[in-house]
Amino acid sequence: MKRVYLDNAATTKLIPEVLEAMMPYMTEIYGNPSSPHYFGQQSGMAVDKARQQVADAIGAEAGEIIFTSGGSEADNTAIRGIAERYAKKGKHIITTAVEHHAVLHTCQYLEKHGYEVTYLPVDEYGLVTVDQVREAIRPDTILVTIMFANNEVGTIMPIPEIGALCREKGIFFHTDAVQAVGHVRIDVKEMNIDMLSMSAHKFHGPKGIGALYVRKGIIVPPLIYGGAQERNRRAGTENVPGIVGMGRAIELACENLDEKAAKMMLLRDKLIREIPARIPEVKLNGHPTKRLPNNVNYSIKYIEGESILLMLDLNGIAASSGSACTSGSLDPSHVLLAMGLTHEVAHGSVRMTLCDETTEEDIDYVLEVLPKVAERLRKMSPLYHG
Amino acid sequence: MYTEKVLDHFQHPRNMGEIEGYNGMGMVGNAKCGDIMQMFIRVNDEGIIEDVGFKTFGCGAAVATSSMATEMIKGKSVDEALQLSNAAVVEALEGLPPVKIHCSVLAEEAVKAAVEDYRKRMAEKKESENKD
Ligand SMILES: Cc1ncc(COP(=O)(O)O)c(C=O)c1O
Ligand code: FES
Repeated sequence: MKRVYLDNAATTKLIPEVLEAMMPYMTEIYGNPSSPHYFGQQSGMAVDKARQQVADAIGAEAGEIIFTSGGSEADNTAIRGIAERYAKKGKHIITTAVEHHAVLHTCQYLEKHGYEVTYLPVDEYGLVTVDQVREAIRPDTILVTIMFANNEVGTIMPIPEIGALCREKGIFFHTDAVQAVGHVRIDVKEMNIDMLSMSAHKFHGPKGIGALYVRKGIIVPPLIYGGAQERNRRAGTENVPGIVGMGRAIELACENLDEKAAKMMLLRDKLIREIPARIPEVKLNGHPTKRLPNNVNYSIKYIEGESILLMLDLNGIAASSGSACTSGSLDPSHVLLAMGLTHEVAHGSVRMTLCDETTEEDIDYVLEVLPKVAERLRKMSPLYHG
Repeated sequence: MYTEKVLDHFQHPRNMGEIEGYNGMGMVGNAKCGDIMQMFIRVNDEGIIEDVGFKTFGCGAAVATSSMATEMIKGKSVDEALQLSNAAVVEALEGLPPVKIHCSVLAEEAVKAAVEDYRKRMAEKKESENKD
């Protein structure tokens, strides 16, 4: 059966060049980077190189990169770290209603410990404005944390504007850029970003490795204590193969980034254009242009997302959904609800996320299968009278 | 995550759609995730469910349990249909993931709602006949 993987926002394939870079660090070069001997120093050098590769990709300096176990740990470290360290200055944090749970649940945790959090609402496209942030700032605001791009609907936030505002007000600005790194050009200096989270498995790197960029001069206490690794900012023996893989993956992702993005956008826009031409009563979720080059998210009215995914999967297509039935909690996506979708429309959402290996043939296959799936499920739906 | 049986009923739902001349219809909603199930039955003069159909807006488990439930009550008396439990439907499907058990409750409720509607219609019919 033909198989088409369109769930690259969930995770991506490890590419051979990355695996090749990692292999020696799982076999011959196994020393602990903290050890002063040859074995250790070889590993240490590889970690230094990767740190530079990661820094270069976002316009940072190597010393500003802390390796973590992934995006969730980077988010936790940034938010809990700033909250703890700067509590004397204030206990107010600004974020949005559409963040990833790694940010939202961390904020909820802090609320239980005496912090106040403002969750900015979004418009129908999933956007916040810089004016909303400006109005929410208070004398005791210590941190603004707003995602670079949304993982469900792909909407890209006005990050440079928010960065400039925060810098002007002297408030720390963190962005969860897990979905943006490797897809969108990022320069932390130009964009006035103080902290940025990323995760290697979202850009064809290995799973379980990520990084937090922290601008020089900002002190973020560690989440994990125990050793002097990462300059006392994150204890634990380094995941050397992971770090090396992340460095190579980010380097490759940023090579011809614009070309690859343009290619994905062409296919993305074909789906965005053709789905409503072939299936009546659908709704595009997310912004029409301010969106990730690889994200398509549609609600197909009168049918339910898990059923859509299951039927797509039976036809070899892997996608994702914000339906209540696909979430363990049986709540529909908080992102879609925050954008004003009714439960019913959120129910029928399908997210398809491309990668630079996605072909036009793959897209045409989806355009052939999806209308059939929609028709079949609508025939079954008590809500559809078509 | 789903058993072969569930996938089979999902892919090839039995008794799907509205049926001709039904005399009982139940529509129930799932408070948990917001799904909807509709069940149609045609009961003959002997009180036997001659034909049954369903429509479902919900997950794979919801579709499969509705399909299985229709098979289990077809040809049975309405009293027997009322005995149908969600556990029996789950067992017939060779199990469901724990988070999906509530979907099978919907199937049981839809059958009950359809039978109730049938009984109500019969009672109304009798009443109007008595009046004549
Ligand atoms: C926006 C966003 N933040 C954080 C994460 C968590 O990253 P990780 O899986 O590396 O912990 C994800 C991944 O799903 C994400 O999409
Ligand atoms: S119908 Fe929603 S989880 Fe089954």
